[in-house]
Amino acid sequence: MNKISRRRFVTAGLATTAGISGLAIATSLANRYGLVPPDSGGIFGPGATLTYAAHRLFSRNLLAREFPRSKISTTPFANSIAPLSDDFKRLQSGGFADWHLSVQGLVAQPATLSLSDLRNFPVRSQVTEVVCEEGWSYIAEWIGTPLHEVLKALGVLSRARYLVYVSMDTDWWDSIDMEEALHPQTLLTWGMNDGDLPVSFGGPLRLRVPRQLGYKSVKFVTRLMVTDSVKGFVPALDLKSPNYGYSWYAGI
Amino acid sequence: MLTRVTPADSLQGRGTRHTVTVRVTHWITVVSFIALLVTGIEILISHPRFYWGEVGNSLTPPLFKIPIPSSRSTVPTGYTYVLPDQNGWSRYLHFEAAWVLLLTGLVYVVYGFYTRHFGRNMFPDRADRTWAAIRHVIAKHLRLTRSDETEGRSYNVVQRVTYLLVVFVLFPLVIWTGLAMSPAFNSALPWSVILLGGRQSARTLHFIVSVSLVLFLFIHVAMIVLAGFASRMRGMTTGIATDPRSVDE
Repeated sequence: MNKISRRRFVTAGLATTAGISGLAIATSLANRYGLVPPDSGGIFGPGATLTYAAHRLFSRNLLAREFPRSKISTTPFANSIAPLSDDFKRLQSGGFADWHLSVQGLVAQPATLSLSDLRNFPVRSQVTEVVCEEGWSYIAEWIGTPLHEVLKALGVLSRARYLVYVSMDTDWWDSIDMEEALHPQTLLTWGMNDGDLPVSFGGPLRLRVPRQLGYKSVKFVTRLMVTDSVKGFVPALDLKSPNYGYSWYAGI
Repeated sequence: MLTRVTPADSLQGRGTRHTVTVRVTHWITVVSFIALLVTGIEILISHPRFYWGEVGNSLTPPLFKIPIPSSRSTVPTGYTYVLPDQNGWSRYLHFEAAWVLLLTGLVYVVYGFYTRHFGRNMFPDRADRTWAAIRHVIAKHLRLTRSDETEGRSYNVVQRVTYLLVVFVLFPLVIWTGLAMSPAFNSALPWSVILLGGRQSARTLHFIVSVSLVLFLFIHVAMIVLAGFASRMRGMTTGIATDPRSVDE
């Protein structure tokens, strides 16, 4: 072994050691500050983690773009929905007067709220874009109850890390982190463009998450669960979910 | 870091054509680019229509359409069948490969400036910064003249301009237009999408710049085949400069 290759050997060894310990420190810090998504395992884990961590570090409290009302699309695209169940049709024929949203899990006071209960909270209206992962988009005015108003009223326990939200539609649910759940634009939406939210757009109640792609905005929401773990509730990992195979974090 | 080939080296067939940093970053870029291309096509199939401005969907008139079937039944394509949805893994891999490409590109660009690789080997020499010099190179290629010995060791002016365009214009543009489609990135830097004329414009530009990069790839590979595939591949893998006596192999 000549002089240069020995020096190189030592340098490479030091670099590797520094790299590995750096990675270990980064992982533990990332875990502590909530920068690791639930789908961080597997071959796509590193990419998904980098994306989630970057967005959480740089866009933590920032708002999704809002547009003037003049930008509202005249041809919003409803996308296809599964055939509506008999239970749904029964509620629909009653004007959704019996539609209920239950809020469970890590909240001080679990509750079941009707649509009129929701309307008693402060109302927010926002003109934001629906962005589908397929590539298409439209802008609409969304009117509803900010989710953070409901969660704060019911008291979120400090262990809470995620919100799971479940549709009345078969096997349709998703989850977001508490930061997204408490974000001012995350909206329990019951109105669209000055009217009630049409069924084709997710009415009577859709959870709009405008900083993420459309598939995170689940339609026909009936149940919210505040949890400390989304094990079993990450569509990206769950074979039964229509979102199977799609990344959990959809800010990109 | 930069190993320069002296005339004596090259006469003996020794010396390094490309430094180890250039070779490693080149091949990582190749792998991630192919992953981005394949997954990009998969994602495109879910909506093979392009628009201009902020919004666009199946109910709005497209700027142009790609005449292929779609993986979604909601897209009017004129085909009676729907392709399988591959967007789950495609999107995961697309963004993972984009991270690899971005980080590799950063290493390459920092290295290129630090070692003056760009200034010495990529920026055209003063004498070559004329239209006449560019015309000369193009004419030589059109006549299909065999590359001479010097071209195995250095880039001609057309290569230099093309590589600089790819590194400093096309790749930054494809990354920018890609990020401009991210709703979370938009919330952090709204101007990233406003400057491009809106989300759908960003998507259309992302497609056009990607097509330009694919065109570059075809020409790049064709030129390598014409110039001598084995010697050029050797230069970019082992780094060994071409022995002038075997240029015409």
